[in-house]
Amino acid sequence: MDRDKNLDTYQEFVKGIWRDNPVFVQVLGMCPMLAVTNSAINALVMGGATLFVLMGSSFLVAAFKKWIPKQVRISLYIIIIATFVTVADYTLLALLPGVHKELGAFIPLIVANCMILGRQEAFASRHGVRFAVMDAAGMSLGFVLALFSLGSIREILGNGSLFNIPLFGETFEPWVIMILPPGGFITLGLILLFFNWVAARKKAFLEQVAQAERESL
Amino acid sequence: MNPQVELPVTNEPGSARLALSVALAGLISGIAIIGIYEATLPTITANKARLLREAVFKVLPGVSRMQQLGFVDGSLKPMGEDDEAVDEDLTLYGGYDTDGRFIGYAIPSDGPGFQDTISLLYGYLPGKGRVVGMEILDSRETPGLGDKIYKDAVFVANFSNLVADPEIVTVKKGTRSAPNEVDAITGATISSKAVVRIINEGQARWRDKLPAPGQEPPLPDPVETPAATAGSD
Repeated sequence: MDRDKNLDTYQEFVKGIWRDNPVFVQVLGMCPMLAVTNSAINALVMGGATLFVLMGSSFLVAAFKKWIPKQVRISLYIIIIATFVTVADYTLLALLPGVHKELGAFIPLIVANCMILGRQEAFASRHGVRFAVMDAAGMSLGFVLALFSLGSIREILGNGSLFNIPLFGETFEPWVIMILPPGGFITLGLILLFFNWVAARKKAFLEQVAQAERESL
Repeated sequence: MNPQVELPVTNEPGSARLALSVALAGLISGIAIIGIYEATLPTITANKARLLREAVFKVLPGVSRMQQLGFVDGSLKPMGEDDEAVDEDLTLYGGYDTDGRFIGYAIPSDGPGFQDTISLLYGYLPGKGRVVGMEILDSRETPGLGDKIYKDAVFVANFSNLVADPEIVTVKKGTRSAPNEVDAITGATISSKAVVRIINEGQARWRDKLPAPGQEPPLPDPVETPAATAGSD
């Protein structure tokens, strides 16, 4: 593929983890991000299921893109994504019934995660299988990272534990609001603030360097 | 309309091809879903049965064997796996000790909680008229507050020796004084009251249906099948 000439496998993998992080930079997939990150294990299982769905879908879409008519591509992407989601749903129900119970309706709702459909439309359908899979892996890891950081912060503050292991003594009064929906918004808002602050600092620094270079000439 | 903007209509697939590709994808997807459903069904059913067994043994201390009982044609009868399904409201579990002597009933009941339906199982000793255990099977109560109905050991302990007749009453935390009173959870009064109401409803539903103490249905062939019953643990 001509379009793939300028791509670098490593770059396609790394971009999703930090520079184009689906949650902190693209602000996609907010529904699971806010709904299931009240504990680290929920966040991790949700991230794992999303990783499985995104990688499987990207692989199939990239491999079969020649046979996918563009007029019905969105329907076909959804069929592919929904199949992987159902597989993930039943597998979790069989292997981790406890976590599945807590995640409840949010596993089937992975179908509606716009990050996954977005990667098919924006990347997997336009590039080769290798790049599509690397892109999906990077994006999903970025998503897992985002869910996990939010989930562990909220569990530590709101329940005084991590992975259900108590971290503080009996005297710790859990900050219950952190595991309730407002806690999700507050924590996400602070993390987004941090990401934007870092981006702004980086930009200002690069401008300074450019300025200094111009002056030294 | 500017004719230059119009796209050339070459290689446009017909509707039949579009429909065919979607149908084909749907077919393959359907096969994949049936495959995963069939592959995971035995584990899922086994998990559910195991959770239910564990719950029955938890809410009825001293029980080592159980059977499902259904209220059919005016009396309580053992339910085999081949029997026609009875309304879930009319089934419960009988708990027996190792010698097959009847101990008590594990009664499933459900009702609205703070956010969604709470379904629970409680152990009831008909001879003593007491509830001796309560286990939440399914709930979506608020994490950190309402979920204390199963996470707070102090609240759950309320149900370990509770007079259930004429009815259970919820009181403010720390003011429990009568044997039919339950200390509510601070900050989760609605969830606490819901649990009590669900048990009361279960009691009301079964009050006229349970046989007189001593008349409970026995385990089928207690001598011949203990290995089979014990083997399914």
